[in-house]
Amino acid sequence: MTAFTSVDLTTDLCGVRLPTPLILASGILGTSAALMARVGRCGAGAVTSKSCSPQSRAGHPNPTVIKWGPGFLNAVGLANPGMNAQVAILRETKARLADSGVAVIGSIFAETVDGFARVAETISAAQPDLIEVNISCPNVAHELGAPFAAAPESAAAVTRAVKAATEVPIIVKLSPNVADIAAIAQAVEAAGADALAAINTVSGMVIDIEAVRPILANREGGISGPAIKPIAVRCIYQCYRAVSIPIVGIGGVSSGADAIELMMAGARAVGVGSAVHWGGVETFSQIAEEMTAFLASHGYARAADVVGLAHREEAR
Amino acid sequence: MNDRWQPDLPRAARIVAVQVENYRTRTFTLDRRLAARPGQFVMAWLPGVEERPLSLIAGDPVAFTVAQVGPFTAALHQLGPGDRVWVRGPYGNGFELRGEHLLCVGGGYGVAPMLFVAREALRMGLQPRAIVGARTSADLLFLDRFAALGCPTLAMTDDGSAGQRGLVTDGIRQALREGPVDEVYACGPRAMLEAILHLCQELRLPCQLSWENKMRCASGICGTCEEDGWIVCREGPVRRWGVDDE
Repeated sequence: MTAFTSVDLTTDLCGVRLPTPLILASGILGTSAALMARVGRCGAGAVTSKSCSPQSRAGHPNPTVIKWGPGFLNAVGLANPGMNAQVAILRETKARLADSGVAVIGSIFAETVDGFARVAETISAAQPDLIEVNISCPNVAHELGAPFAAAPESAAAVTRAVKAATEVPIIVKLSPNVADIAAIAQAVEAAGADALAAINTVSGMVIDIEAVRPILANREGGISGPAIKPIAVRCIYQCYRAVSIPIVGIGGVSSGADAIELMMAGARAVGVGSAVHWGGVETFSQIAEEMTAFLASHGYARAADVVGLAHREEAR
Repeated sequence: MNDRWQPDLPRAARIVAVQVENYRTRTFTLDRRLAARPGQFVMAWLPGVEERPLSLIAGDPVAFTVAQVGPFTAALHQLGPGDRVWVRGPYGNGFELRGEHLLCVGGGYGVAPMLFVAREALRMGLQPRAIVGARTSADLLFLDRFAALGCPTLAMTDDGSAGQRGLVTDGIRQALREGPVDEVYACGPRAMLEAILHLCQELRLPCQLSWENKMRCASGICGTCEEDGWIVCREGPVRRWGVDDE
């Protein structure tokens, strides 16, 4: 029996070493350096700042986030202080986590391909370990049109522009709200992405039958939490078969078993978001402990050993 | 099904009473009962208008006191008995009633949760006193309600137009001369809370302060209400400082 302490959770993501495969997902608690540093001290291997854009955005009016059954529905509307203010937040987050080995991921978005390149170039000054390119927010369609992640051509165009604008490795975050996520994944890989993240929230709506209207001010929102885990697993599984770059699996993870499941589908690292509602910031160390226990009891020496394992089963 | 998966959506409630408290402040009582502690809040939604956090002055039945300060509160002030407000919650940690002698300090409409603290303290057989602060006599709230509870109350105004002239921190010093205080409970504008914290640390008095921030999820995930790494909606809105805390 492998000793409990010998399980190695360290993860290599595009040459960046993460102490654990668990990543604070973008849009969750990523609003300040103090908060991200706090999460980084609680078992996360990396933290992702809230997606920033060229100019500051106030976001949508409330209701913006509601807890619906096994998950949340949100349309915050990409509220952020703008890329210049974000540089200071990222610098401070890096400084606060410097001795921890926890990586800092700067998430970006823009309304245009050029805008993406500008934001990437600007925040690179803060030397984030990785940049997440959020081409898949479902909640700003009324303003910005269909997300870039909706088609291979637009997804690839953003990827190419961002790659040309920064030396920092980039993770392109894909949408599940498409007919063929594998085709988008391949287009993004061909355009030079260093990694993929899958998935962003699943588009949805909740109507209050007494008010006779959608609850969210934006009407539509993105579903996160346990409700979407099977969708995430399917998307990760399909992407893993389609590309060879690493995948950050995100969607409904709230336990070590959930994280292992996404890794077996093909995720190298795993985002954790809505689960902080149920478990608080300490949920990261809890999930890491559960992963360690599973890996140890099943004879795996490293978390990396389970990445993509579910595909071997199919090959038999 | 696991109870963590139960919905937590806004639910329609009817207003059963509206009481005018002062020229810009009204108390709304709903036909809804919540097991709420003093210091907790609900998210109140007016469809087509907005959703906002509102501090409770009672949970059974739900009641909140709201000053008209913007579009949402103006829309709420248009409503009367029979009209509907959607609420979800209660949220937040609330005050933890400690000690025998509680000093409840409210500034402006921050007095609202202090009434809940005083009522709960009296129900538990404790001895609360209250300090109600405002800019001027017209802004003072709840002197009649504290009197009806039988809670000794000191009114302080910035201009001396009612009660004593001065700040609530002057009132705290006076209350200490008049009798024992085990712990200070306060809600109000940020500058007032910071002054109270400073004074309590100087006097080596534990205090519990309720902070107000912009909120979205009220569920501890979005980070909107963050305050130096502290998640106000989930880990607050009440924060306690003991005598040796920084």
